[in-house]
Parts: sequence; structure tokens; C-alpha cells
Amino acid sequence: MLSKIVRTVANQLILFILIFGLYVIVHGHITPGGGFQGGAVIVSGVVMLLVAFSSKELKKSLHERLLSVMESTGALIFAILGFAGIGTVFFYNFLVGSPIFGRIPASGPNPGDIWTGGVIPLMNLAVGLKVVAGLSAVVLAMALFSSGEEMEE
Amino acid sequence: MMEHIPLNFPFLAAALLAGVAFYIIIFKRNLIKLIMGIAMLASAVNLFLVALGYRAGGNAPIYTDVPPGPMVLPVPQALTLTSIVINVAVLALMLTMVVHIYRHTGDIDSEKSRKLKG
Amino acid sequence: MRKVIGLVLLIVVVAFLVYGTVALIHPFGYPPSDMDDYIIENAQEETGSNNVVASVVFDYRGLDTLGEATILFTAVTGVLLLLRTLKRKEDGS
Repeated sequence: MLSKIVRTVANQLILFILIFGLYVIVHGHITPGGGFQGGAVIVSGVVMLLVAFSSKELKKSLHERLLSVMESTGALIFAILGFAGIGTVFFYNFLVGSPIFGRIPASGPNPGDIWTGGVIPLMNLAVGLKVVAGLSAVVLAMALFSSGEEMEE
Repeated sequence: MMEHIPLNFPFLAAALLAGVAFYIIIFKRNLIKLIMGIAMLASAVNLFLVALGYRAGGNAPIYTDVPPGPMVLPVPQALTLTSIVINVAVLALMLTMVVHIYRHTGDIDSEKSRKLKG
Repeated sequence: MRKVIGLVLLIVVVAFLVYGTVALIHPFGYPPSDMDDYIIENAQEETGSNNVVASVVFDYRGLDTLGEATILFTAVTGVLLLLRTLKRKEDGS
């Protein structure tokens, strides 16, 4: 556990990193970015918390069961979105034209609109959830192993 | 403006990086150095994939407020994304296996820890 | 003996790679692009998103992304499994 100044600054900074990572994930169909890139940003914030506080402290907040449920939910939503358009093909974009995310943008260069994109924003959220849960579990397991403990069941 | 680059310099740089990575994989015996060589080979392949899809004077393939002109090819960038994620996952698995080998046999020289002990 | 074979193989592979990237490949900046021209033209109407790379990753080639998500899941499971049995084996229980 590092000194008082580092812990206070890390407590304040994690909020901005989380908001920036969620911005990159949600705007994945308008600007460069998407699920994998935004997930990597959020995992770097978790690693900053792991360095500022020790891994024993972080284990009390991030249970292993919570991370496992998050990762499985992300994978399940991704597979269900693939099967939902099975009337035409596997992975058919069935939400283009419908009122949920279905507007079609004007052709050529235009300022972006969030409510476009079909099934792509939902897939971005599922993949972002999966990447965050998976990579933070790996980092937490390696840190706990090198300090002499193990993750509980 | 990069009108015509002689000798295909980005492809040549990727090939030389792959050559250095092959030298490390063939000739070094420490397991950690082998893993670094594999990571360097992955970087060479990613660089080659991105350089394949470049169009002279092109912009990023995103329609939000794009300046006029041709666009760079989008498919090699999608393949590079997949390749980076897979390399991260396989590298994590390789490192934990090296930890297991060290705990089981006591050193990380690939010549000494060859035989399967009981 | 093993070092000599390794050196010969290394020189052959590096020579082939350098020859291939200097002489056998298209000039840098002018790639052949039939499929990508179709994708750049029609991605906004067919998928409805402004980001052509995201529509290629999740719509035109969504099956590759499913395979990659499976690889990520398997690797995370493998790492957590390997780092768990190590401590118990040391205790001897």
C-alpha cells in the first residue's frame, strides 16, 4: 500500500478513467473505438487501483463471483444477438429500420448520430463487459499469486 | 505528401523485425527471452497487416466529419484488431505456464528442463 | 551441428522475406481493392453506422469476432485454473 497522497489521487482519478472508457465503448459506431479498445482503457484504470492499494484490499471489493458472472453475461448476450436474426442468416443485422437503433445516416460526410447502427452498439457493450471482466480477473490473480495468497472459490 | 515511397520501406521494416524475432526464437535458451521473441514476431505481423491496406493520401475510414479524398482500406484494420487481442490472451497463458515450469523443476533453461520427471 | 542448421535456416527465411517484400508485392500505397471499394460504398445504407471498421468487425465478419471472444474466454479460464492449483500442491494437501 503506497502513501496517503497516492491513494487519494487514485481515488479521484478512477472516476474520470471510467467515464472515458465508457465513452469510447458507447460511441463505437460513430468515432474510432469500440468494445475492445474501451475495455482496455477501463482495465488500465483497474491496474492503477491495484498498484495504489495492495491486492489484498482490492480482493474485498472485486469478488471472483462478480467477475465471473459479468464475463459470462457478456458472452451470452453476444451469442443471443447472433442467433436473433436467424430467419435470414446467422449474425443478420435485424435492427436496421426498426425504432430501437434503426435510423440510417445521411450518405457521405455527416456529424454522427447515436441512434444509428442497428445491432452494433449492443454488441459493443457485450464485448466491452467481457473484456473488462476477463482481463481484470487475470491481473488480479497474478498479483495475488505473487504475494502469497490465492483467490477463494 | 508521401507520393511514392521507394523500395517499400514499411514492408521491409516488418520483414527485418520478423528476422530478428526468428533469431531470438532459434538461438536463445532462456524461456523468458523466448516469450519476448514470440511477442516481437506478433508485432511484426501486425505492422505488416496495417501497412498492406494503405492508400496514398487517404483518410481514416470513418464517415463522421471526414475531409474529402479517398479512404484507406478497412478490412486489414479489422484483422489487426483480432490479432492483437488473440496475442494478448496467448501471451498471458504462456507466462503462467513458465511460472509452473519454474516451480516444478527449479530453473528456466529450456535445455535442462527437458525430461519429464515423475 | 544444431547451430549450423539453425543459421542456414535463418538465412534462407530472412532472404526469402526480404526478397518477397521488395520485389514480389504491390507498390506501397496502391493496393488492389475490389472488395473494399464495395464495402466503403455500401456500408452506410446496409448497416447504418458511420464507422466502417466497426461494421466490418461486427457485421460483415461477425463470425471471426465470435471466435475471438471464445479464445479470450478460454485463455482467461486457463490462466485462472493454472494459478489456483499451484498453492494447494505446495501445502501438500
